[in-house]
Amino acid sequence: MKRARIKEKIYQGIFTVLAFASLVFLVGIVIVLFKEGLPIFKRVSISQFLFGQNWYPTYSTPEFGILPLILASVWVTLGAVIVCVPLGVGSALYLHELAGHKQRTILKPLVELLASIPSVVYGFFGMVILTPFLQNLFHLPTGLTALNASLILGIMATPTVCSLADDALSYVPKSFREASFAVGANRWQTLTQVVIPAAGSGISTAIILGMSRAIGETMTVLMVSGGAAVIPHSYLEPVRPMTAAIAAEMGEAPMGGDHYHALFAIALVLFLTTFVFNIVAEFISRRFRIKLGLSG
Amino acid sequence: MDKRTKIKAENVDFFYGKTHALKNINLKFYENQVTAIIGPSGCGKSTFIRLLNRMNELVPHTNLTGKILLDGADIFDASVDAVEVRKRVGMVFQKPNPFPKSIFDNISYGLTVNGVKDKNFIDDKVEESLKKAALWQEVKDRLHESALKLSGGQQQRLCIARTLAVESETILFDEPCASLDPISTAKIEELILELKKDYTIVIVTHNMQQAARVSDYTAFFLMGELIEFGKTQEIFTAPKDDKTEAYITGRFG
Ligand SMILES: Nc1ncnc2c1ncn2[C@@H]1O[C@H](COP(=O)(O)OP(=O)(O)OP(=O)(O)O)[C@@H](O)[C@H]1O
Ligand SMILES: [Mg+2]
Repeated sequence: MKRARIKEKIYQGIFTVLAFASLVFLVGIVIVLFKEGLPIFKRVSISQFLFGQNWYPTYSTPEFGILPLILASVWVTLGAVIVCVPLGVGSALYLHELAGHKQRTILKPLVELLASIPSVVYGFFGMVILTPFLQNLFHLPTGLTALNASLILGIMATPTVCSLADDALSYVPKSFREASFAVGANRWQTLTQVVIPAAGSGISTAIILGMSRAIGETMTVLMVSGGAAVIPHSYLEPVRPMTAAIAAEMGEAPMGGDHYHALFAIALVLFLTTFVFNIVAEFISRRFRIKLGLSG
Repeated sequence: MDKRTKIKAENVDFFYGKTHALKNINLKFYENQVTAIIGPSGCGKSTFIRLLNRMNELVPHTNLTGKILLDGADIFDASVDAVEVRKRVGMVFQKPNPFPKSIFDNISYGLTVNGVKDKNFIDDKVEESLKKAALWQEVKDRLHESALKLSGGQQQRLCIARTLAVESETILFDEPCASLDPISTAKIEELILELKKDYTIVIVTHNMQQAARVSDYTAFFLMGELIEFGKTQEIFTAPKDDKTEAYITGRFG
């Protein structure tokens, strides 16, 4: 009896320390981001920084406008969403509704495995296979474009979206389905009028988290987006999203210089964006659980 | 007194994988009568009534032999669509399970999925069903609020109204009062007696008093077998089988 209690206390202690440690890390990261990022605003105003059209951090009279980088991120993310939403949600619906029990037990872990492939592998695939393909298809000077990044990111986010959307579908209580069948609805009606609406906010959460994965992704984007820091006019041009800019330039930016601070400020923008995304996702999924009568 | 048979189970055996859940069941349900199914937990009551509207098809790896005749026609015949069977044989579940939709939409759902488009007809039908389910007075001013805001007893009556709207001929109740308080339970029992005029009713219950109060016939199941079937009065006053007697007097189960 006593021993069990002591053991329990020890476990409790360990988990408290671990939880606390991760909180400390998080706070530490945020502090560093602010501390290293904010000094750039002594050089340029916030609006010049966010809406300036020129990103010339290494010129003799440098300019620190990150609009091209923001737009590149937005374009690539939107493109990725257009790819991953139909693929991810579609495959989740397949897994959930059409796949038999056997298929499902094979496919679901496979999808989760896909979600854990390192991004450099996806990037490599994009460089070696997609790049020449797109270049030939559209007769481009380079296949490293916003389109390429969108496609690869979209494919990359698909398993995440699929897996989360499938979870959302599984959370829909079996009793809703039964109630629907019991009044003579067929499978299609049950799916579209009961299951999907009930899982709707869960599916939106899946999409938002997929998006936040796409926005924050660095390695792939660095490898296939082409890297040109200019405001994009078409998906067939090279672009430089925020993550790629940070990854590519951090090594050459002198520590403590304006460029260095500007890159941290970009990281801050990214951090705040994904933070907002995750809050929104959390908010929606909480409402979803309440709506289904699961405990908040 | 000769009563018409509405549903008849002939030599029904049912398996979940290797679990032999129902063993050679032969049972009749008479039209416009209430039949109670009683028996200890796990004896196959739910399994049995879920066969009557082909609900068990949603469970993978099951196997059925024997026949279930609805008005003389086998509902498992290859030419019969499960959707059609379920329209004729409605079901109310143990836990109230309204959709996360408005009160109105919960009831109109069964109509729209069956192809009804006429708005006035739907409005009338919703009102009529809620009245029959003795819920109209309580909800008539908030038809467009979420059904999940209703109390458990109201939710269960809503589920009954939802079933009534479809105009089935038979209603299966699987422990409809299991999660309700005595007042809601009394309301639902009253309702069942009322509905008997228009429907053939099957009710699974763990509550002996309830079975005695609402049913005309009672079937006693034990470990997948039908032990005894007869007029409720006879089952409760002079059971033929010792096991039935032991169960209803509370000596086991
Ligand atoms: N989906 C299922 N898969 C496998 N076995 C099942 C399934 N549902 C029920 N069973 C088994 O079939 C048997 C009968 O179960 P059933 O639910 O019909 O009992 P019940 O009489 O309704 O019990 P209760 O009074 O507890 O509701 C039990 O042994 C149960 O374990
Ligand atoms: Mg049961």
